[in-house]
Amino acid sequence: MSEMKLEELKFEQAMARLEEVVRLLEQGETTLDESLALFEEGVKLARFCHEKLDEAEAKIEIMVKEGRIEPLEVEEE
Amino acid sequence: MPVQPITVSELTKRISSALADPVFQNLAVEGEISNFVHHTSGHMYFSLKDAHSRIKAVMFRSRNRLLAFVPKNGDTVIAFGSLGVYEPNGEYQLYVEMLFAQGVGDLHLAFEQLKAKLEQEGLFDSARKKPLPALPRKIGVITSPTGAALRDIIRVLTRRYPGVQVLVFPALVQGEGAPESLIKALQLAQTSDCDVLIMGRGGGSFEELNAFNDEQLARAIARSNIPVVSAVGHETDFTIADFVADLRAPTPSAAAELVVPLQEELQRAVAALERRLAGALERKISAERRFLRRLTSSAALQRPDYRVNQLRQRLDDLLTGLTLHSTHKLALHRSRLGSAAARLETLSPLNTLGRGYAICSDEQGRVLRSADQVDPGDTVNVTLYRGRLLCRVEGRFGHERDEAGGA
Repeated sequence: MSEMKLEELKFEQAMARLEEVVRLLEQGETTLDESLALFEEGVKLARFCHEKLDEAEAKIEIMVKEGRIEPLEVEEE
Repeated sequence: MPVQPITVSELTKRISSALADPVFQNLAVEGEISNFVHHTSGHMYFSLKDAHSRIKAVMFRSRNRLLAFVPKNGDTVIAFGSLGVYEPNGEYQLYVEMLFAQGVGDLHLAFEQLKAKLEQEGLFDSARKKPLPALPRKIGVITSPTGAALRDIIRVLTRRYPGVQVLVFPALVQGEGAPESLIKALQLAQTSDCDVLIMGRGGGSFEELNAFNDEQLARAIARSNIPVVSAVGHETDFTIADFVADLRAPTPSAAAELVVPLQEELQRAVAALERRLAGALERKISAERRFLRRLTSSAALQRPDYRVNQLRQRLDDLLTGLTLHSTHKLALHRSRLGSAAARLETLSPLNTLGRGYAICSDEQGRVLRSADQVDPGDTVNVTLYRGRLLCRVEGRFGHERDEAGGA
């Protein structure tokens, strides 16, 4: 898992690992060095998750024909 | 020839397994409804009859709640289902899956037959359903670009997840060429970076929804590498696409709800994990700090020179002890020496000489203790308390002491 690059992670994998890291840290059976490493990993994962979640602008597009994508205006009622 | 009897249950079981034969399964039976009872349990019990025969039928609540009409006595219907035995009564009956009022045409018949066929092929098996991503990167929507369904889907998606990425694949959703158009859109979607697809349309008549009952479309959905959520019509509408899709949503809006999580909810979940992460580390550090404090509060580490001082003091003690000891010993020796000297004093011949005695020795220096040790004429030395005399022996006399001692 740790061999896997963060950018290659899917959100749910990052969340799952973050939950695992928190659980390991909460169990408190790791050494201080291990705890610090876990914390560091957790912070990175949380940042990654936030980044994934914080994409603020919705992007609605339509495939007009094969290989041609245009923005789609959706009129509100 | 004697006949081995069998039990009623045994016979019933044999009948039951005989009826499990494909001949009696997935049937479409035309008949008129009679003795119709809609039981309080929700199940429907009735008979199907024609001019010559009748057969018992049951339609369970789970199936009949999807009925588009309320059956009544005298209705001519087509019932889809399989034969089975109700063993307690020894009655065979038709277990009805779907019921159509007569005259609905061949479409329904085709639907039930295709459904039974694909089901048998395992296309609807839950084992081959793909899970949806927890947080889709991009959502593909296969539907009519002008329909209300698309509007509903996008409204719900953006409300739940303001940063949603959507790519619409336009398709005909009814009429001539609709299945082919849907299949093409589905194939096109396979090449996109969408990680979940919503395929559907708004409500309509059975005929209008029929594009989603196409066999080739069903197979295309089954082949899709991307999970497909079907969203066709209203909650009561079931299409073949619904059965083969990885997930059936009752309506297009519901599909949108199933596909994206609430952004805020996930943000809160991540924030909560972050707090727990920080809290856990803080607890770990303060636990380590307490442990360290316990160690450093021990006397040895509190003052690093403590041990040295302790040792130094011990050394001092030892040295003091040693000095005391030596002085003491010296005094002891000194006093013993004193008394030895005193004793030596008393033994010294000089004292005796002091009292007037003399020591007489021959010329060789031997102390004379007996008169016969010398002859008259010999010279002897006489040592006095002070000084010495050289004398000549003039005479020699007996030895009273010897005689007295030797008696």
